[in-house]
Amino acid sequence: MSHFPRVIPVLLVSDGYLVKPVKFRGDKYIGDPINAVRIFNEKQVDELVICDIDATTKGSGVNYTLLEEIASEAFMPVGYGGGVTDAEQARRITGIGIEKVILNTVAFDRPEAVREISSALGSSSTVVSVDAKRRFTGGWDAYVARGSRKTGLSPSEAAARAQQLGAGEVLVSSIDRESTFEGYDTRLISSVAEAVSVPVIALGGASAFADFAPALDAGASAVAAGSMFVLNGKHRAVLISYPSPADVRSLADR
Amino acid sequence: MTVSIVDYGLGNLGSVSNMLRRIGAEVRTVDTPEGVLESDRVLLPGIGAFDEGMRRLHDKDLVDPLREFAASGRPLFGICLGMQLLLDSSEEGEARGLGLIPGGSARFDDSSGIRVPHMGWSSADPTREDALVAGLPEDRRFYFVHSYRVIPDDAAAILATTDYGVEFASMVRSGSVMGAQFHPEKSHTFGMTIMRNFAQL
Repeated sequence: MSHFPRVIPVLLVSDGYLVKPVKFRGDKYIGDPINAVRIFNEKQVDELVICDIDATTKGSGVNYTLLEEIASEAFMPVGYGGGVTDAEQARRITGIGIEKVILNTVAFDRPEAVREISSALGSSSTVVSVDAKRRFTGGWDAYVARGSRKTGLSPSEAAARAQQLGAGEVLVSSIDRESTFEGYDTRLISSVAEAVSVPVIALGGASAFADFAPALDAGASAVAAGSMFVLNGKHRAVLISYPSPADVRSLADR
Repeated sequence: MTVSIVDYGLGNLGSVSNMLRRIGAEVRTVDTPEGVLESDRVLLPGIGAFDEGMRRLHDKDLVDPLREFAASGRPLFGICLGMQLLLDSSEEGEARGLGLIPGGSARFDDSSGIRVPHMGWSSADPTREDALVAGLPEDRRFYFVHSYRVIPDDAAAILATTDYGVEFASMVRSGSVMGAQFHPEKSHTFGMTIMRNFAQL
C-alpha cells in the first residue's frame, strides 16, 4: 500500500504567540506562529495542528485573523483547535482554508455540537481530541478544558462516543507525557485505536524519530509532537526541526 | 492564466486560491451561471457530502452552466468531492451528479481492516502521459481525505491510481473534464505542479 503514516507538528498558541507548555501547565513563549508555519511549510511537513490554549479556558474565542495568516502560508493540511463551539464557527474556519476543526471541551459539554459540525463539514474535517490522564488505580480518565476537568469517561469510551457522533478522526493526548520526552504511551494509544475504526493521532511524549514506530504499531495512523519539533537540547532552546521526507516515508515500510 | 473557482459554499476556497496565487495564476471566484460560462478554465472544489454538493449547485443554478462549460471543451477540474460530482451518482446519496464522466462513487470497504476515511499522504501513479500530470517526481505524494472513491464506467477515464487496500482511481480525465481525489492545494510542491499544469491547459 502506498499510504504513508503522517508525522504532525503541534503548535500551541496563546494570545497570538507560539508557546510551549509542559504537562498542560506553565506557558513558555517561543516565538511567532506564522514564522514557524513558514518553516514547517518549507520542510514539507505532512500536516500541522494549531491549538489555541486560551480560546476556551480564557474565553478569548477563535482568532480568525491569525488563522487566515496561517492558511495563506500552509500548503499542507492544517487542523485547528480552541474555542470552537458551533457549526457556524467551524464553517468559517474551513472557509479560510483550515481543513480540520478539533473539538475537545464542547464535545463533552454539548455532544450534539460534534454531530452538527460533522454534518456541516463532513466527518473527515471533524476531529475530537481526547486528553487522557493516568488513574492511580490503573487505566486513564478523559479530561477537558486543558486537563482541568474530568469527563467521567475513559479515553476509549470518549473516543468511541466521538466516532458515533460523527468525528472522522481522534487525537489522543497523554497529559502525563506532554513535553516529558519519555516516548508515547503505547498502551493508551492501543486502547483508543481498538475502540474506533477512524484514524487515531497519537500525541504526547515523543523525543526522537525512533518513538514513532511503536506508536504506529500500537494502532495510531499518525504521530504528533510539539516539543520535539520546536525545542532542542537540554536547555530546550527553540529550534524547528522535522524528519526528512525519506525518513517519514520509511515509516510506511517499517 | 486565469482560473475561476466555483463558490457554492462547499470546499476550501481559501486554500485553493492561496496556492493558485502562489503559482502566479489570476484567480476569480464565480457563483453565477454567467460567471461559469465566461471562464477560461473552471476549478470545482468541494468538501462534504455528495447530495449537499449537488443541492448547492442546483440552488445557484450552476448545474446546466457547468455542463455547458464542459461541452465547450474548456478545462474543468474537480477536486475531492468536486471530482465525485463530475460523475453520475454516488453511494453516499440519492442525487444525480453532473454526469460529465460516466460512473459513480462507492464507499471504501472497512471490513478488510483499513481505516475509513482514507486520510493522509499516498502516492498516485499516472496511467499514461498527460499534460495534467507532467513533471511529477518519483517521490510524489498527495494529501487525501475521503471515504468514497470514484469508479468510472470506462477505465480509459482513469488518469492515475492509488492503492489503499484497494486500487482506486485517484485522478480521472475524459477530454477537457478532469479530477483529482486528493487535495493538490494541500500537497506541497507535488500539488503545485498539478495546479500549474491545469492553469496552463
